[in-house]
Amino acid sequence: MTKFTAIPATVAMCIASTAYAADLEVTHWWTSGGEAAAVAEFANAFNATGHNWVDGAIAGSGGTARPIIVSRIIGGDPMHATQLNHGRQAEELIEAGLMLDLTDIAEAQGWKDIVNPPGLLESCTQDGKIYCVPVNIHSWQWIWLSNEAYKKAGVDVPSNWDEFVAAAPALQEKDILPLVVGQQGWQTNGAFGVIQVAVGGADLWSEININKSVEAAAGPEMAKVFAAADTARQMSANSNVSDWNLATAKVINGEAGGQIMGDWAQGEFAVAGKIAGEDYTCLPGLGVNEVISTGGDAFYFPKVDDPEITAAQKELASIMISKEAQVAFNLKKGSLPVRGDIDLSAANACMQKGLEILAAGGVLPSGDQVLSSDTTGQIEDLFVEFWSDLSMTPEDAQARYADIIASAD
Amino acid sequence: MPRSKRPSGLLRNLNAKIAAIPMILIASVIFVGCTVWTVVHSFTKSRLLPKMDFVGLDQYERLWSTRRWLISIENLAIYGLCMLVLSLVIGFVLAALLDQKIRFENTFRSIILFPFALSFVVTGLVWQWILNPDFGIQFIVRNLGWESFTFDPLFNPEIVIFGVLIAGVWQGSGLIMVLMLAGLRGIDGEIWKASRIDGIPKWKTYLYVVIPMMRPVFITALVLIASGIVKVYDLIVAQTKGGPGIASEVPAKYVMDAMFSKQNLGQGFAASTMMLVSVLIILIPYAYLEFGGRRRDK
Repeated sequence: MTKFTAIPATVAMCIASTAYAADLEVTHWWTSGGEAAAVAEFANAFNATGHNWVDGAIAGSGGTARPIIVSRIIGGDPMHATQLNHGRQAEELIEAGLMLDLTDIAEAQGWKDIVNPPGLLESCTQDGKIYCVPVNIHSWQWIWLSNEAYKKAGVDVPSNWDEFVAAAPALQEKDILPLVVGQQGWQTNGAFGVIQVAVGGADLWSEININKSVEAAAGPEMAKVFAAADTARQMSANSNVSDWNLATAKVINGEAGGQIMGDWAQGEFAVAGKIAGEDYTCLPGLGVNEVISTGGDAFYFPKVDDPEITAAQKELASIMISKEAQVAFNLKKGSLPVRGDIDLSAANACMQKGLEILAAGGVLPSGDQVLSSDTTGQIEDLFVEFWSDLSMTPEDAQARYADIIASAD
Repeated sequence: MPRSKRPSGLLRNLNAKIAAIPMILIASVIFVGCTVWTVVHSFTKSRLLPKMDFVGLDQYERLWSTRRWLISIENLAIYGLCMLVLSLVIGFVLAALLDQKIRFENTFRSIILFPFALSFVVTGLVWQWILNPDFGIQFIVRNLGWESFTFDPLFNPEIVIFGVLIAGVWQGSGLIMVLMLAGLRGIDGEIWKASRIDGIPKWKTYLYVVIPMMRPVFITALVLIASGIVKVYDLIVAQTKGGPGIASEVPAKYVMDAMFSKQNLGQGFAASTMMLVSVLIILIPYAYLEFGGRRRDK
């Protein structure tokens, strides 16, 4: 869709643009309705400077788009700017000298002072140099509850994980799935990470994911987390869906009690015309530990041998982090802005909760920022199996988890 | 050619030899060269980019202690064996039936061959829908009155690989049928007359006379099926994405995921090297028997 609507716009812009304007091809995987509207804000702001944004949307999720993006950069046919999740996905590309160094404009514009939380910019930094511009914050630590489902079952909408577990039998009596989990590695792994932070606490999470402590991963605290995950997978048995938005649809229709999913699920509720607090409830940190992880999207600029393009790339980078673009983009996208000095009073109730937690400093880095793609992939394989195979005991799973952490890098 | 005329022997058919040079180069550089490169890099700890940091057999140790890989191998074995047997049997039986000089043979042949015109991706999607319990076969049978009927292979880890197999056989047996039919048509009519005079039942003629005579056709079919089995990837991606859980993973998908989404080239190379080794283990004795044997016979 995006691609096709973008073509006439691009053609029109080509005609209008002046001879000195640079064409920048920008790749990203934002193709759903809300996402496309958000990215158009960047495009418009960039086109207003006289340059030309050539949209290179790649359909499918990051898992489909990332390999395409990476192979184009390695294969010597780089785009001029690309979305990636900041953190370690681009590590080796930077080491190989394929990415443009943005340190000069970052220093000139004082990114260090405006980017909040500072961890976001640190993830863009390698050997003291800045290689990417963070554009939004997405957090995983949310559970989305269907008020309608709980009303049907005749119980109050839970306000934390324990109440959620206690309410599950009442839902099951009415043939409502208490918890829906899409059977894909990144979703099961994400849900586990959320439970890990909520049940085990942020310290345990950091100890394992940042310090790679095998004792912590094999310890009794983690055993509790695995027991909670075991409860979760039993509540979500018979989910029979694989895509996250189809799982969210079950919550929207009241066929399922809740879904553990990142804040991008909000867009689905918004498209369905549901109102936060009335039709659905969101609990950050499962209502237990109100901490959010601050992963998100960032733009990287592959190196090109053309000073005009390089200048335009830097211009695009500074537009993306500008106040106006940040407000316009994040309101459409439903994500949190990367700078703390802007007004987002137009945001809905759930986004406001997120902003409050962010302001209070309840933040963690995201998995993408601390674990390599290889380790993440191994953990995803483990959890997708754990979630679908009920004969695998939590103890076995924990032992294998500890093994992966032991070899993590 | 006599020894003394060796130089002219080299120049004989010069045009043909020159014409073959690009093919020889491609074969040696792309196939042999890249294979060697891959095998060498499977002993390194290459991540996103190939690097020459040798780590010995680490990648292989990790590979063989990964459950996902073991499940992949098991799935490939089950899929491969069933696929081989079913395609050959179904293909041959269909061909034998069509060979009975029936009416509308062309129509039937087209219908049966038609699935082969579809890509694996389309096949996978179609069968994903047919096997979906919410609106596929299970839904239809339940609506017909059998309320307790359950048929949801794609959501049951125990039998998911057979759900994939159904789609694979549906897609592939048409081609085998056509090959077999061509083979059957190549059998001399005199043979049939002779067996009829001798009073041999038809099925016995097929089993003991016709099939042995069709050996080359069977070998062609075998090679086609076997190569399709080893590289099965798109069918899985379209139909199950390896799920539920990791119950329908296959080696080719492991390689793709390791190389591109896990950004771990070394691991992917190790897995693809193992795939190559397994193919060689089957191929070398076969080639030896097949081609070594022929020289003795003739």
